[in-house]
Amino acid sequence: MNFSSYDTEGFHDELFDENGKPRPGAAQLIERIESLPEGDLLRRQKAAESALYRMGITFTVYGSDQGTERIWPYDIIPRIVESHDWKVIERGLRQRIYALNVFIQDVYNDRHIIRDKVIPEDIIFSGVSYRPQCQGLTPPGGIWCHVTGTDLVRDRDGSFYVLEDNLRCPSGVSYVLENRQMLKRNFPSLFETSHVRPVEDYPNRLLATIQNAAPVGRNTPRSVVLTPGIYNSAYFEHSFLARQMGVELVEGRDLVVNDGYVQMRTTKGFERVDVIYRRIDDDFLDPMVFRPDSFLGIPGIMEVYRAGRVGLVNAPGTGIADDKVVYAYVPKIIKYYMGEDPILQNVPTYVCWEDKEREYVLENLESLVVKSANESGGYGMLVGTQSTAEQRNEFAAAITANPRNYIAQPTVALSRVPTIVDDHFEGRHVDLRPYVLYGESIYVLPGGLTRVALRKGSLVVNSSQGGGSKDTWVLNAVP
Amino acid sequence: MLSRVADSIYWMCRYIERAENVARFMDVNLQLVLDSIMLQHEQWKPLVKVTGDVDLFNRKYGDASQENVIQFLTFDSDYPNSILSCLISARENARSIREIISSEMWEQVNKFYLLVKDAAQDSSALDRSHDFFDEVKRSSHLFTGLTMDTMSHGEGWHFSRLGRLIERADKTSRILDVKYFLLLPQVEYVGTPYDNIQWSAVLKSASGLEMYRKRFHQITPRQVVDFLIFDREFPRAIGYCLQKAEDSLHAISGTASGTYSNLAERKLGRLNVDLNFTDAQAVIVSGVHEFLDHFQMKMNEVGDAIFETFFAMRPLPGPYSYSYSAQ
Repeated sequence: MNFSSYDTEGFHDELFDENGKPRPGAAQLIERIESLPEGDLLRRQKAAESALYRMGITFTVYGSDQGTERIWPYDIIPRIVESHDWKVIERGLRQRIYALNVFIQDVYNDRHIIRDKVIPEDIIFSGVSYRPQCQGLTPPGGIWCHVTGTDLVRDRDGSFYVLEDNLRCPSGVSYVLENRQMLKRNFPSLFETSHVRPVEDYPNRLLATIQNAAPVGRNTPRSVVLTPGIYNSAYFEHSFLARQMGVELVEGRDLVVNDGYVQMRTTKGFERVDVIYRRIDDDFLDPMVFRPDSFLGIPGIMEVYRAGRVGLVNAPGTGIADDKVVYAYVPKIIKYYMGEDPILQNVPTYVCWEDKEREYVLENLESLVVKSANESGGYGMLVGTQSTAEQRNEFAAAITANPRNYIAQPTVALSRVPTIVDDHFEGRHVDLRPYVLYGESIYVLPGGLTRVALRKGSLVVNSSQGGGSKDTWVLNAVP
Repeated sequence: MLSRVADSIYWMCRYIERAENVARFMDVNLQLVLDSIMLQHEQWKPLVKVTGDVDLFNRKYGDASQENVIQFLTFDSDYPNSILSCLISARENARSIREIISSEMWEQVNKFYLLVKDAAQDSSALDRSHDFFDEVKRSSHLFTGLTMDTMSHGEGWHFSRLGRLIERADKTSRILDVKYFLLLPQVEYVGTPYDNIQWSAVLKSASGLEMYRKRFHQITPRQVVDFLIFDREFPRAIGYCLQKAEDSLHAISGTASGTYSNLAERKLGRLNVDLNFTDAQAVIVSGVHEFLDHFQMKMNEVGDAIFETFFAMRPLPGPYSYSYSAQ
């Protein structure tokens, strides 16, 4: 297979420039692929797919049959990020996460930013993910968002934008590690002299980050990963991370509050747990404080947390900073706390809360992407360019009824990467989710999840909506 | 170790062992059919009786034809002990403890499940049923071997062995029961070549014919009973299973053998001692079927005691007490 008929069709392509020439960092990869014997690439792609199936690397799709598992489609042509681009991303994310963390601490404590009228009070307190139960809290080290997966996109002009801040329980990092593993196994020759930065260190760093959030004075804190259970869409990842870190994977029913501490039920009685990397939402964490109908959580855990006797990663309450309306204010938030201009720009955003902007949105639904403030995974979203009149009417009614809950953005012409389609390459749109850990310092994993919209022309990359993934190569600067 | 995790390891292994044994039941019967002068129909009804749910079978299928019985016991997902259902349950359990077991074990459970699931959708699978049951057995052996060689022999491993051997002891007793309870009444066959063939088939279905011959040479009912119930060296014999299961219980609790620190140890220890103080002749005199029936009841008590001792999630006293039902 070769790229002779490959066409970038006017989009920014991650491997080819606008003249159809391979980009400098991609030249060696393209050359290797083109020099493969006929059929070899497809054979390796098939081998990778059947390995995923055999290993049961799957995710669960909601809304179809209960617990339907699917393989997450995986395309073996990697996405390449050159070192000068990565430097900008890394600096930009450090700045952004630092500022968002200070923002969360401020919002739940002194509220300077509200008193200084940088962000309207109403927007904060009307956010469904604002947790009054967290008022007055300061987690160990003042760190709230220990693990973040920020969604970045690249527009036609090649510049990166932040699309979403995922500050609650971002998922996908297990695929970053598995994709790399898979590519190394099926395509070892590609890695020789390719200067790809390793991602394999992530579990160690995650564990250090988690332990850093333990109550002060615990020398070897007992850490666990808390999962909603095997029917959760990200269960594979929860189990994967627990395995990689060598810690227990627990469900809510394994934990109890006993004697003022969180303890787990073992075959030999109760044992104390110091810090929990919880992969369940705030809402379900403690039925005595949040949703009383939750069976996934641990009754009484918030009291233990407030008393400083257990650490939670991420802290409850971080969701307020990835509310999509608050998102529109992030550039101001960065400026306010750091006195700096944002290194990574937001996608221009219309906040339906503001009358003028709402009017504009309602008049231009056809060209905009509308998102509800607290949904993720591609749910609750309208892609104007690909919508029917009926869908637009539905959204118009919803926006009018509850403007606080909606934002809109212009359609970003997401960049593309060559992807195997039958027996040739076609460009498919991608985004990029790098992972950021906030422990003793802020660390950005050199890599990330590249999600690819496999349907021709589609801009929706979510796994639940027909997306797949690719390995992401961040290159070392070539000396 | 988390109670839930121990529970899942134990049940994962029980379900795998159960699937293997259902294949063994089917296999022995297919062999008997080939050698039998009995009507085919009479041959398959007993299998439903011995393995479980006669009511469900009658409601759904009625006619105990070879095809119906194999379909029911192999691929019927409504029947919780069919091979397919066992694999679904084993895999669910494995999925919930993926970070505890080795990747090799998980991949094998997954592959095993896919094998059975694909066969269930393949109408030709029943035509080559003998091969298929062989594959089921082999897959289970591979899993057991991987458990032996890729997982640390700590607490979790002992729960896995406990589950496997408890299940196996119960199923070996049922394999013996198929022959004894259901075929022996055909008195006219006793001592005929057919009888011999049937006993051989029973031994074969427990993979025990060769090992039996090394010990006893000639096939007699008393010696087959002796071998399958009392042998302490043959890994599918009840005596062996109980001994090793008890060893694992002691390894889990850290109690020296001969002393007892919990209900599970006491129940299983008692059953093991009872076995030591009787022999094949006594069993035959008092009735093999009666003995096996009583034994299966005792095994259920052992299972309950294991649940109570290690897995039960009891509500706690105090303001945050919460009660959860275990699976």
